[in-house]
Amino acid sequence: MKKALGMLVLLVVVAALTSLAGEGFLSAYNLENLCRRTALFGILAIGAGLVIMAGGIDLSTGSVVCLSGCLLPWLLVEQGWSEPAAVATVLGAGIAIGLFQGGLVAWGRLQPFLVTLCGLLFYRGVARGFTADQTQGFQGGYDGLRTLATGRIPIPGLTDLEAFDGPAAFAIPAPVVSLVAIVVLAAFLLRFTVWGRWLLATGRNPEAAAYSGVPVRWVTLSAFVSGAALSAYGGMLFVLDVGSAQPADFGNFYELYAIAAAVLGGCSLRGGEGSVVGIVVGAALLQVLRNTITLVEWIPDNLEYAVLGAVILVGVLADELVRRYSRRRGRRLAEDRTSEA
Amino acid sequence: MNDADPQHGPDRTIVLEARGVSKRFGAVLALDEVSCTVRSGEVLAVVGENGAGKSTLMKILSGVHEPDGGELRFEGRPTRMRSVRHAQDLGVSLVHQELNLAENLDVAANIVLGREPRRLGMLDGRAASRIADDALRKVGLSISPRTPVASLGVGSRQLVEIAKSIAADARVLILDEPTASLSKAEADRLVELVSQLRQGGTAVVLISHRLDEVLRMADRIVVLRDGRQRGEIDRSEATREKIVSLMVGRDVEAVERRPIESGPVRLALKDLRSDAHPRHAVDLEIRGGEVVGLAGLVGSGRTELLETIFGVRRARAGVVEIEGVRLPPGDPRTAVARGVALVPEDRGRHGLFLPDPIRLNFAMASLADHSRGGVLSFQAIRRLADRLAEDLHLRPPDHARAAGTLSGGNQQKVVLGRWIARSPKVLLLDEPTRGVDVGARAEIHAIVRDLAAKGCAVLFASSELDEVLSLADRIVCLREGEITGDLDAADAGEEAVMARLVAEQVA
Repeated sequence: MKKALGMLVLLVVVAALTSLAGEGFLSAYNLENLCRRTALFGILAIGAGLVIMAGGIDLSTGSVVCLSGCLLPWLLVEQGWSEPAAVATVLGAGIAIGLFQGGLVAWGRLQPFLVTLCGLLFYRGVARGFTADQTQGFQGGYDGLRTLATGRIPIPGLTDLEAFDGPAAFAIPAPVVSLVAIVVLAAFLLRFTVWGRWLLATGRNPEAAAYSGVPVRWVTLSAFVSGAALSAYGGMLFVLDVGSAQPADFGNFYELYAIAAAVLGGCSLRGGEGSVVGIVVGAALLQVLRNTITLVEWIPDNLEYAVLGAVILVGVLADELVRRYSRRRGRRLAEDRTSEA
Repeated sequence: MNDADPQHGPDRTIVLEARGVSKRFGAVLALDEVSCTVRSGEVLAVVGENGAGKSTLMKILSGVHEPDGGELRFEGRPTRMRSVRHAQDLGVSLVHQELNLAENLDVAANIVLGREPRRLGMLDGRAASRIADDALRKVGLSISPRTPVASLGVGSRQLVEIAKSIAADARVLILDEPTASLSKAEADRLVELVSQLRQGGTAVVLISHRLDEVLRMADRIVVLRDGRQRGEIDRSEATREKIVSLMVGRDVEAVERRPIESGPVRLALKDLRSDAHPRHAVDLEIRGGEVVGLAGLVGSGRTELLETIFGVRRARAGVVEIEGVRLPPGDPRTAVARGVALVPEDRGRHGLFLPDPIRLNFAMASLADHSRGGVLSFQAIRRLADRLAEDLHLRPPDHARAAGTLSGGNQQKVVLGRWIARSPKVLLLDEPTRGVDVGARAEIHAIVRDLAAKGCAVLFASSELDEVLSLADRIVCLREGEITGDLDAADAGEEAVMARLVAEQVA
């Protein structure tokens, strides 16, 4: 939580600097867009974070996004399925992927990195296969369903209803609603339930957890299922937002954004720690940085990845230094107390 | 063994000397003006309880730490040991308690590691073998230098470590608990080797818990307590009682062993075969209220047997019954649910969540009891932790702290507390007081006896006969997976137990 606060400060600083150095950062249009993107990536990052907290890693996020992003319009438009059936199938596919990957990790004792690396290749390959590499879109239809991602909720008293459809009006983008629901649920499960403790304990020390009677395999499985299901849901929102998906590059590198957000937000890749709120702050920080690169003229857009890479590295390094410092301090305090006792 | 007669040893010049050495870690003064001299051809023993400062002193002598105060002298000249490498170059070599060999390499490569002989810039394998052969002969180990280290037992590894020091021309050899994990025969061999080295003029510094060994090998004994030097005893004046009183500085109460009314059979093993020793079946019954000690040497299968009962290790064959009901094999969850608890040997790895708060560590096995509908009750967890911290005399009693900040003994209390929270029917303990100081050890023994008094069946494994003899009502002797004795502790002596642990040797 302390770390989430630090990231929040960093987020505010970056936002403030960007609003000074670039044009239009604080415009209603830009802020709303930032919120939408943060929500979409935040959902993926929470999925990635849950897997990381359980001691695993999920590299397949981007490919699951691609698969569900292509599957949804394909089922609706090409196959003529009903909306509930298509949505249920997409989410079901996500859960099935989680069961498959989690099962291989928990019972097959394979390394999560390898299992999900194969998944990364496999699901994108499948998506490109059944679509024959053709862009899948809603072709102007399904506006009702698309509201889930494109909808805008006016804030009473703040949103200028007269100019609601123009760029000057700020409204809450619909994905934020999904994000908030997922944050509340995930944070509650993680902090206040037995399952959450089991998840963190499994990530912290799987052997000690097994010796304490924790159903380590089931917990691992549940983490992978949560991760893949959130990726599938996120992928659905992404395609509903932009309207179409190109199988070859839809969701490319999204796993890295998700993992980076989780790590910036306080998850240790060693497992066992992290906070859901922190992850969202991490996701927001990444989106603001991307925005900064676009808005600030003297930063060439081509440097996007270089800037992101550098910032993540600095963040992780700073965290490690703080951790080392506080550990040393903590030990000293502990020693003080022990010697008094 | 009369090889330690000081009058007949070789010339004893002071090789290494510590003068008023101090070392502080944070707020703790680990060493407070300790002085000692290490002479060639002499064995200096350093004894003390855990945390007395022995390891810190060794680390200073071998260049791992630099002292904050005082000075080191090597051959009479003030010296700063800047690094382990520097100390080795001077001829001071430390053989660690946890052996530091590269298991993936062979013996020769380990012996020359870091000082590999080269020819034309390339590794000279033949020279390495020669050096290794020579060093192995000196330690009396008849194995090929090409043997992979991974295939060696603990005893041989220890000798390879010493060979490595010899190959590096060590003039001062520091041995940290060298016999802690050796069998009797291996330990004897080591004792003999040390006396040979000593005759050859090597200075040996020995850290050991085993006082009989210290008395047998040492020419002088330095006793440390709480980082301070409490005495230096010459061989001729050394007695066990004298050392212990200097080490402890107080009398330690032994646990009173009241006979406990034994109840119904809680744990029954029928024809149980672990994967470590599948040839021998184990049959055993333990009643509620009984404390059974499982005695055995390294490799006897103690740990494996406990792990097989608990289910973290799958049995090859046979049945574990809890109160007459069969446990499914390889399923620790069900074992826990039926009231079985295991306190593992390696606390850090299998027992604790070190960075997490103590109270979470307490509650980890009983979260379901401290929650409603899957939602945790933090109040209930805090109440549990308050109660356990008090009952177990946790020091310090603040259970919001990370478990990793506690001392070994208090960490062990936390693992025990986790199971007490579940009121276990069968408690299995593996080396319950390893790395625990004398005071906490007595407390832990009292806790175990108390659990038995409440009707729990206790089975504990220990490599220390003292512990088995003082804690158990009944002693089960294990040798290479086979039960070789089931004795009443009241009339079992050390010799009777030992005789059943050691394999019959062909004379």
